[in-house]
Amino acid sequence: MAYAAADHEAHADHPTGWRRWVMSTNHKDIGTLYLIFALTAGLVGGFLSIMMRLELQEPGMQWFTNPQTYNVFVTGHGLIMVFFVVMPALIGGFGNWFVPIMIGAPDMAFPRMNNISFWLLPAAFALLLISMFVEGAPGSNGFGGGWTVYPPLSVAGHPGPALDFGILSLHLAGASSILGAINFITTILNMRAPGLTMHRMPLFAWAMLVTAFLLLLSLPVLAGAITMLLTDRNFGTTFFDAAGGGDPILYQHLFWFFGHPEVYIMILPGFGIVSHIISTFSKKPIFGYLGMAYAMVAIGAVGFVVWAHHMYTAGLSLNTQRYFVFATMVIAVPTGVKIFSWIATMWGGSIRFTAPMMWAVGFIFLFTVGGVTGVVLANAGLDRNLHNTYYVVAHFHYVLSLGAVFSIFAAWYYWFPKMSGYVTPDWIGRLHFWVSFVGANVLFFPMHFTGLAGMPRHYVDYPEAFAGWNRISSIGSYIFAFGLLIFFYGILVAFLRKEKAGESPWGAGANTLEWTLSSPPPYHQFETLPRISGNDH
Amino acid sequence: MTRFWTHAVLTASLAMCLATPAFAGDGVPTPWQMSFQTPATAVADFIYVMHDWVNVVIGLITLFVLALLIIVIVKFNEKANPTPSKTTHHVGLEIAWTLIPALILVGIAIPSFRLLKMQVELPKADITVKAVGHQWYWSYEYPKDQGGGFAFDSYMLSREDADKAGQPALLAVDNELVLPVGKNIVVQVIGQDVIHNFALAAFGVRMDAVPGRLNQTWFKAEREGIFYGQCSRLCGSNHAFMPIAVRIVSEEKYAQFLEEAKKKFASSEADTLKIASAAN
Repeated sequence: MAYAAADHEAHADHPTGWRRWVMSTNHKDIGTLYLIFALTAGLVGGFLSIMMRLELQEPGMQWFTNPQTYNVFVTGHGLIMVFFVVMPALIGGFGNWFVPIMIGAPDMAFPRMNNISFWLLPAAFALLLISMFVEGAPGSNGFGGGWTVYPPLSVAGHPGPALDFGILSLHLAGASSILGAINFITTILNMRAPGLTMHRMPLFAWAMLVTAFLLLLSLPVLAGAITMLLTDRNFGTTFFDAAGGGDPILYQHLFWFFGHPEVYIMILPGFGIVSHIISTFSKKPIFGYLGMAYAMVAIGAVGFVVWAHHMYTAGLSLNTQRYFVFATMVIAVPTGVKIFSWIATMWGGSIRFTAPMMWAVGFIFLFTVGGVTGVVLANAGLDRNLHNTYYVVAHFHYVLSLGAVFSIFAAWYYWFPKMSGYVTPDWIGRLHFWVSFVGANVLFFPMHFTGLAGMPRHYVDYPEAFAGWNRISSIGSYIFAFGLLIFFYGILVAFLRKEKAGESPWGAGANTLEWTLSSPPPYHQFETLPRISGNDH
Repeated sequence: MTRFWTHAVLTASLAMCLATPAFAGDGVPTPWQMSFQTPATAVADFIYVMHDWVNVVIGLITLFVLALLIIVIVKFNEKANPTPSKTTHHVGLEIAWTLIPALILVGIAIPSFRLLKMQVELPKADITVKAVGHQWYWSYEYPKDQGGGFAFDSYMLSREDADKAGQPALLAVDNELVLPVGKNIVVQVIGQDVIHNFALAAFGVRMDAVPGRLNQTWFKAEREGIFYGQCSRLCGSNHAFMPIAVRIVSEEKYAQFLEEAKKKFASSEADTLKIASAAN
């Protein structure tokens, strides 16, 4: 009896104060920590990008005196947005919050590992920030070799310790993600509520499952590559140094074997989120559920065999380039299935255009634009004139800044009432959407033009001819940044007004398990496991 | 002319106007340019036409998706359609939106593979030169057995010097890579310290300059003029300040250049220069 009582007490444990957050093993608290962390890092990454746009607004050098500092900003922006904003928000944040709830589980499979997954991230972020303030290239601070960290620039080109901090930062962030991935895979495979078969599982859980596998299989390769880089830098090995029998191209293969799945890691959770929002506000179940789930599996699988399309100008053989053109184009097919299935879900629906729905519909259109320019770039022959130009910058910001980030905001407006228990006035989310939609397009669409005209990436200064479109882009970035003020205003309003959100504020269309719980959900949910029967799909 | 009309017609069909040739300059970007620089080689020409074709395809797909979204927004909002349908499957539709995109991709892939082959397979070289990327300038080497036997460095001109020379700032260099028109030029590209990238938009050329790896690319310029390019692989502090300028001249002028350059760039090491003849 004593046993049972102690056991029960442990389950009901509800720590308060600093213990609740620092020592948290609760998936919802950890999710909240991830979201706060991502927003904070987002401000840093956003600040770096605004500085870049200020510099690029006019030809000549106005804000930066040392071009290397600009390179450091570009690199920092990329690494922060990938590892410390998009991934923590979508995977650690919304994934932690809603995967266990959606599958009817009381928590993640390994709550204590969940804690360390999170707390590795602030340490990683701190290392990255430190790296910006110690010497990298001779005579300047920070690592300015781009987020891809290509050697020899990252070895001989940056003798200072900045990149060593950077590599350790990536190691910690990678370890954090691998632990998180193990947790998600175990949770999803083992802890689904009775009756919740894989083919009944909500699409967000499917998306997180595929994402977790991509993380688990790709991050160790990155870890290997940057460890080899570390020994090349510090211990005299020559893995990537031709002078010692190594090959710089080997690093590129290793990096992109991670780097390409990484871009799907950033977008797949967004696919899941958008599916739920579209279905909720159309008041219809998702169209072609199985096709949607297996399209994500296909994207994840094919995503592993297309990496060298990032290396078309490295001097690959004709046949190698042919293969990667072919494989890359294949990905367009499952992606198309997803786009059309979302539209088919809305077709015949009775759509309520709330803030999250507008972000989701915006996502579909902008992701389409980013996707089709991906088809252009997939062709090595066309990439010959576009590689490393602003066309590529436009492409990956349409799929990430306008794709993944829009899905983060969609999820935020969708789940905020559930997470906080408070309602954000809908007009704030809608205003934020319109400002961001206009700003982001003004910011990124002209980059297609400068890219076609030949403007290379990573340039602190450019020929006079590119001035016009760059000025427009900069204006767009200020508009987008203004949108963020509206976003934070919305959070403030919600917490000041304290207008209570009901159990299911979005109405009958919202039929996943989180909407059966109170808002915010109880500290421990599903003391009795829900039974899932029937099939919506 | 045919190319112009094909281009004009294709472009006009695009409401998105991603490609507008109106402002394209020769060998140099121009203000508010929205498309490629005017092609100066057969490869660049093929890229241009191929891009027009793909651009129409992706433009139509984007417009199609946009149209569907607008229909959905207008017809299926909760005021217009208070009762949602229950449809969740349509096998025919699902097969169609898998197969049709696949067919479209085949339509893109066929010309794409031809273009790729044209770029990557080197023709028999009339002239071989070597371009070496350094932090942060290019150097060019002309082999002795082709009338050269000298090498020189090519640095960006300062803003003032470029203005004086009447050339665009950040693109103009002190010593241009001079080559004859209408010849198959094979360029051997290599990096001396870190990876650089030898890129020339008007020629459809872009090749990484990797230390320890001799990459090769080629072009055959169709007309004389100066063609500018910029380093296209992040290579450190002055990455933005190591442009590439190629001056394409007649054969006579090229012979003249070789004679002058031999004197101008005569140095002790010039004799030893002999580029590997892999391309010949």
